[in-house]
Amino acid sequence: MMEITEGSHAVAEAVRLCRPQVISAYPITPQTHIVEALADMVANCQLDAEYITVENELSALSACVGASAAGSRTYSATTSQGLALMFEVCFNAAGMRLPIVMSIANRALGAPLSIWNDQQDSISLRDSGWLQFYAEDNQEAADLHYLAYRVAEEHSVLLPAFVCFDGFILSHTYEPIDVLSQEDIDRYLPKFTPYERLDAADPISFGMYATPDYYLEFRYEMDRALKESKAIIHKAGKEFGQMFGRDYSAMVEGYRLEDADTAIVAMGSICGTTKDAIDEMRDEGKKVGLLKIRVFRPFPSEDVAKALAHVKRVAVLDKNISLGAKGAVALEVKDALYSSGIPVKDYIIGLGGRDVRKKDIKAIVELVEKGQGDMFYGLRREVL
Amino acid sequence: MVDKTLELFDCGHRACGGCGAALAARLVTKAAGTNTIVVSSTGCMEVFSTPYPETAWKVPWIHSLFENASAVASGVEAALKKQGRNEKVVIMAGDGATFDIGMICISGAFERGHDFTYICYDNEAYMNTGIQRSGATPYDASTTTSPAGKCSFGNKHPKKDMPQILAAHGAPYVATASIAYPADFMQKVEKAINTKGPCYVQVHAPCCTGWGFEGEQTIAIAKLAIETGLWVNYEMVDGKVVKAKKVVRKPVEEYLKTQKRFRHLFKPTRQDAEIATIQAMADRNAEKYAIDIKLKKE
Amino acid sequence: MSLAVGCRARPGKSRDNKTGSWRVFKPFFDREKCTQCGLCVTLCPEGCVHETEEGFVAPDYTYCKGCGICAEECPGEAIEMKQEEK
Repeated sequence: MMEITEGSHAVAEAVRLCRPQVISAYPITPQTHIVEALADMVANCQLDAEYITVENELSALSACVGASAAGSRTYSATTSQGLALMFEVCFNAAGMRLPIVMSIANRALGAPLSIWNDQQDSISLRDSGWLQFYAEDNQEAADLHYLAYRVAEEHSVLLPAFVCFDGFILSHTYEPIDVLSQEDIDRYLPKFTPYERLDAADPISFGMYATPDYYLEFRYEMDRALKESKAIIHKAGKEFGQMFGRDYSAMVEGYRLEDADTAIVAMGSICGTTKDAIDEMRDEGKKVGLLKIRVFRPFPSEDVAKALAHVKRVAVLDKNISLGAKGAVALEVKDALYSSGIPVKDYIIGLGGRDVRKKDIKAIVELVEKGQGDMFYGLRREVL
Repeated sequence: MVDKTLELFDCGHRACGGCGAALAARLVTKAAGTNTIVVSSTGCMEVFSTPYPETAWKVPWIHSLFENASAVASGVEAALKKQGRNEKVVIMAGDGATFDIGMICISGAFERGHDFTYICYDNEAYMNTGIQRSGATPYDASTTTSPAGKCSFGNKHPKKDMPQILAAHGAPYVATASIAYPADFMQKVEKAINTKGPCYVQVHAPCCTGWGFEGEQTIAIAKLAIETGLWVNYEMVDGKVVKAKKVVRKPVEEYLKTQKRFRHLFKPTRQDAEIATIQAMADRNAEKYAIDIKLKKE
Repeated sequence: MSLAVGCRARPGKSRDNKTGSWRVFKPFFDREKCTQCGLCVTLCPEGCVHETEEGFVAPDYTYCKGCGICAEECPGEAIEMKQEEK
C-alpha cells in the first residue's frame, strides 16, 4: 500500500512490523521522530513491546544486550554523539554475538558540534563487527530493517546490524513508500529463535573473558560470520524481491555502469542525486555510471572489483574522512581494485550536512577525468 | 520454596583463599535459588569466576561491561516480562562498578523502577585492577591511587552513602549486610528478591589481599567493622530505617590496627588526630542509626 | 570441544581447575570436638566443606585452598591448620 510518509515514520512502521519485544530509546537529533513514533504506537496499543526510556545511549544499547541475551527481539536507534557514547557497547554486543538491529540516522560527529548529515558516525564503527546497511531512499530505509533482522538472527551469522540512512535528508523528508502489512512481514521474518538464551532451565554464562589462548579464535569466528553473511544477505534479499518485488540480493548496484568509462562510487542518499546527474551527463555524451554500495560491512570487495573491472577511472564520494588518511569508502575500493591498475580518486564531500548538488557531481566527474582528486571537494578557502 | 542446600557457585573458581566476595557469591546464589538470572559487572567476581571455558556459575549469568550491569538487567527484566517468564533478576557488582562508573546506569534503572535486586559486594576499592581507591574506600585507607606517604594519610574522602542515594530514588527495600553474619545476609537477599521493584543490598566483603590481612581473618575483621561502628548493618523500607544491628561498641583502633591499609596510622608514629577523626565518623554512625547497646550501670 | 559462540559456557568446567594445589596449610577436622553446627559449611568461600554420610563435616581437598577461615571461626575449635607435607 503506497503512502506518503516521513522517513522516520517509515522506519518506525517497519520496526513495528518486525515485532520487537523490547525497545530502548534515548532521543537525539535527527532520530527523535523514530523513537517518538514508536512510543506513540506503544501508548496506543499498536505495538506490543516493553519500551524502556533509558537515561543515556550507552544504557540504550546495554538494555538491548540484556534483552537479546534473554531471548527477545530488540531494537534501538541513535546517531552521531549517541553512537559515539555507546562505542564500547557496540564492540561488546558484536562480541557477544547478539542479533540487535539499530537504526542510525547518520549525522556528523563533534567537535565542532553539528546536527547535520554525514556518515562519519557509523563508518567510525566499521571495525566493530556490526553489519552495516546504507539506504539510498526512504523505501530502502524501511525495507533494510526487515533484511537486517533476517540476516542478523540467522544462526550462522548472529551479529548485530546498523541500518543507516542520512539524517534530515532521508529521516525528515516525505516520500511515497510501499508500506507492507503485518501478514507480509510475518511471512518474511519469522518469530525470533535465539541460538541460546539466559534461561534457568539451561544455565549458560554469557560474556566470559578470553585469555590470549582463545581471544584470537573468537575474533576469527566473528570475521568468518561476517564474511558468511554475504551469502545470507543474497538469499534473504532475493526472497524479499520474490515476495514484495524489490530485490536486495546484491550488496552493490550498478546504474548505467555496464559501458561506463568513469565510475562514481557512493553510499546513501547521495546516490539519488548522482543518478540524476548521470542521466544529464549521459545526455551530453559522457559515459558515466554509478556503483552504489548498499552493504558496507561486510565489505563486498569481490562484487566491487567485478563491477568496476572495465572502467577507466573511479571517483569515490566519501561523506566521511579518516583524518590524517583518506575517506573510508575510497580506501576499501582501492583495496578491492588493487591489482587492476584502475586509478581511484577520493572526494571528501558533504561533511556536516553541506548540500551536494547535481552540478557538484558533474564537477567531480570533470576533476577525475583530469586525474585530479584526493581532496576535500568544495573547500571554501575564503573562510580558512 | 528455594532449596538453600544447593551450591550454585561451583568450586574451582580463582578467588584468593579467604575471599569475602567469593563467599558473598555463594551466599547470594544460595538465597536466590535456581530460578535466577545473575547480571554481573566487570570486576574481581566476574574475573575469578569465568575464564573461558571454566565458569563457576550454575545459574544463568551474563557479563557485559564495567558500568552497565543495571542497564543490561533492565533489558533482561523487560524481556522476561514480555515473554511471561518469572526468573528473578539479580545484579552482582563490586563497589567500583556501583559507586563510581556505574552511577549513571544505576540511577536510571532505579528511577525507572525495574523489578530486580542489586547486590553490591563492597571490598572498598578497585581490587581486580590492583587495589585502587573507589568511592567506597574509607577515610584514610591506603590504596595505590590514594597511598599513604610523607605528605598523605591515604584516601581523603569519606565513603559515599550509596544506600541512602538509592533509597532517595524510591527503592522500596535497601539494606546493608556483612559476610560476618551470613544468615542475616541471606535473609536480606531473599527479602530484596521478593520485594517488587529495584532493591539494593550492600554487603561488606573484606579483601585480605587488598586490605592487608591473613585470609583466615576475613570473618573476624568483618565483625570488627560492625563492632566499631564503621560499618552499620541496617534495613530501610520505603526510605525509612526500620532496623539496625546494635553492638557494644569497640574503639575504631581495634579494627584499624588489623589491616595494612591503615598501618600508617600507627607506624612509625601513632596519628592521634587521624584516629580521632575516624572515631568521630563511627560515633556519628552510631548516633544516626542508634546502634549503641546501652549497658545498665551497676 | 568446539569454540562456543560469543564466549559462553555451560556449568561444570570450573571443576577442571583443582585449586587444592594452591594450599600451604591444610585443615584437619577433629570429630570429637565437632558439634555439627554447620558454620564451616556456610563460611567456606569455596563451598567445598560438606556433610559426610556419618553426619560429620569434611572438606573436599581437591579444591580446599587452605585459607583457614573454617579453623578460625569454628566455635568448638575443632579444626586445626597444619602445614601440608607434599
